[in-house]
Amino acid sequence: MTEMSVDQTAVERPPALPRRWTASRIWGSAAVAVWVLIGAGFVWYLASSWSLDFVEKYGPRYWSGLKVTVSLVLSSLAAGAVLSIPIALGRLSKNRYVGALAHAYIYTFRGTPLLAQVFLIYYGLGQFSNELRSIGLWGFFRDAWNCGFLAFTLNTAAYQAEILAGAIKSVPKGQWEGASALGLPRLFTFRKIIMPQALIVALRPYGNEIILMIKGSAIVAIITVYDLMGQARWVFSKTFDFQAYLWAAVFYLIVVEILRNVWAWIEARLTRHLIR
Amino acid sequence: MENFLGLLSFGAEGWGDEIASGVVVTVSLALATLPFGLILGFFVALAKQSEEPSLRLAGNIYTTIFRGLPELMTLFLIYFGAQIGLRQFLIFIGIETAIEINSFLAGMLALGVVFSSYASEVFLSAFRAIPRGQYEGGYAVGLTYGLTMRKVVMPQLIRLALPGLSNLWLVLLKDTALVSTIALSDILRQTGIAARVTKQAFFFYGTAFILYLLLAILSGMVISRIERFGQKSEPAR
Amino acid sequence: MRISKRIALAAAAALAVAMGGAQAQDMMKLKIGTEGAYPPFNSLEADGSLVGFDIDIAKALCEEMKADCEFVTQDWDGIIPALQAGKFDAIIASMSITEERMEKVDFTNKYYNTPPALAAPKDTDIAGVTKEDLAGKAVGVQGSTTHSNYAEATYSDSDVKLYPTADEYKLDINSGRVDAVVDDVIVLQDWLATDDGACCKIVGTITPVVEIHGPGAGIAIRKGEDELREKFNAAIDAIRANGKYKEINDKYFDFDAYGS
Repeated sequence: MTEMSVDQTAVERPPALPRRWTASRIWGSAAVAVWVLIGAGFVWYLASSWSLDFVEKYGPRYWSGLKVTVSLVLSSLAAGAVLSIPIALGRLSKNRYVGALAHAYIYTFRGTPLLAQVFLIYYGLGQFSNELRSIGLWGFFRDAWNCGFLAFTLNTAAYQAEILAGAIKSVPKGQWEGASALGLPRLFTFRKIIMPQALIVALRPYGNEIILMIKGSAIVAIITVYDLMGQARWVFSKTFDFQAYLWAAVFYLIVVEILRNVWAWIEARLTRHLIR
Repeated sequence: MENFLGLLSFGAEGWGDEIASGVVVTVSLALATLPFGLILGFFVALAKQSEEPSLRLAGNIYTTIFRGLPELMTLFLIYFGAQIGLRQFLIFIGIETAIEINSFLAGMLALGVVFSSYASEVFLSAFRAIPRGQYEGGYAVGLTYGLTMRKVVMPQLIRLALPGLSNLWLVLLKDTALVSTIALSDILRQTGIAARVTKQAFFFYGTAFILYLLLAILSGMVISRIERFGQKSEPAR
Repeated sequence: MRISKRIALAAAAALAVAMGGAQAQDMMKLKIGTEGAYPPFNSLEADGSLVGFDIDIAKALCEEMKADCEFVTQDWDGIIPALQAGKFDAIIASMSITEERMEKVDFTNKYYNTPPALAAPKDTDIAGVTKEDLAGKAVGVQGSTTHSNYAEATYSDSDVKLYPTADEYKLDINSGRVDAVVDDVIVLQDWLATDDGACCKIVGTITPVVEIHGPGAGIAIRKGEDELREKFNAAIDAIRANGKYKEINDKYFDFDAYGS
């Protein structure tokens, strides 16, 4: 290195070759140009239809919609996480019947559209309001938010159980054997040795699940809940102005992107000991 | 019970024929979206693993947008937005004709772009799992880029991507339910109409639920056959 | 590829029209958008066909205009965008003529006008239709309608819930999720006469507010298509005059729905 730098003044370097216009560069530039055009058109459209009136009149609605979306997603994710633990354990159980039951649960909720589940709970159970009233559960099902919450919880519990079960299975058997050789109780082993390793494996799928839930939550708009999508529909129905949807799209993208970056940061932080 | 069977009967009285046509719409929408989404996804994956930065950028913008937007939103944007945009554009260039993006096409486009943005990730990780040596080996025996791609890389790629793609197929099948909101008469819309007219909401939404489950089970069986077929060509270890 | 093929097809079609111009003029092709979830005005039968007052009126108008009409069903909240997008040429779906909508579409003259009303379960404690009567109650209405505008403007102390179709608020008043519903009196009466509506009764009619409810239900068409609007207006006048309107009216109602 040192010799090189000594000679550097003397050696005239040939100029770098101009980057050639290869086929892929042409395609790439064209594709980027298309995106730039779409982006510009989008900004132009929003800017040209920008009016303080719109913001003043409907801004608070979007804000409250965003809060409903976030609170609905967070609470059903939390409830789903709790519910997913017994299901995941059932999935891993050596008992055939328990295993089959847990599998059936997961399969059912992962195999059918969330929208169908929401309809079944909201309108389907609504048909039995008298029966539900007589056992005192109607107060819960009467509210559309609760129905959405229940459907999302049951749905995400199935996904989270599958993630959790997969992650626990991914921890090598030797970890269990090592712990039992040390005489550690099974529950302790599970909590202190298996779970920390499993959760790191599960980190990425969990992040995906949160994003899927945020996006999936848009469908509660159909059962009278005013989440972000619901508010966008409301504003659209008042104004018939397409920017009503575009703004909501922008907000969804922002939320998802923030979440993705935060999650990537958390993941990097928690797995830094694994980097070689 | 007989009552419920009557509701599901075919003919003017029952809803069986409407629901059956809904199943046909759901399945054909998913099947029509699949090749479109796969091809698009493959090209986006190619772009994202390209050495050309502008191609990578374009590919990444694509996946960021369509994986970040709720599917319902993508569907609305395409169904209403693209139609209005196209109409404006045609009027602008002076063609006065009603080109129509019907709900089937809109559904196919929306589900296809969402599918392809996820599929591109699956393809990408499959690409990365194929060692460079495979390409180099291909070039060493004198194959062109295209031939190496077709004869050496693709067969391995498909096998590697299969589990991820079959998962996406199941997601696609479920996402088709969203098109019921843009007036496409799929399973959920047809059962929904039946539920509202007959007021048997639980029965009809339950029927929809079971139909989707059956489709998922059926797909699972087909997929596992394909996977077994794919494993046959795997080298013995 | 697809688009260029379509343009080619459209061009071919245009050529055909130009060649058979006279013939095409006799049979104007029209696509009519409707909702199909608003009995007795428009609704879907189990065999998938459309029935109702709107449908019969539309057919009579098309016959009068010598137009070849095709019906397209479209969800209510997307019906105006779909018209603008060219998915159909006119909306005949009991759409009230309002200032808000007139910013986006043009309307023909009204083809009927009936007052709104409020219905509630038979054992309800709601005594009237004023803001005070409904304070603290849940009120169901179909969204994007004059009724939802009215309910949101008037019943500010109530929980106003908006549904995509009329059928859905009917499901929810039966289950008790809402305490009362607001809709056109005809729609409510028609529903109350069925088994499903046996739960409920009409509490009272609501005096229409012109700024909200407008002059009645009209046919919506894209802005600037004056020729089509005039054709519709002439056809409405014609079926009013020749007794066709009365014939359809009497099939559904025992009074003149056209209003004064």
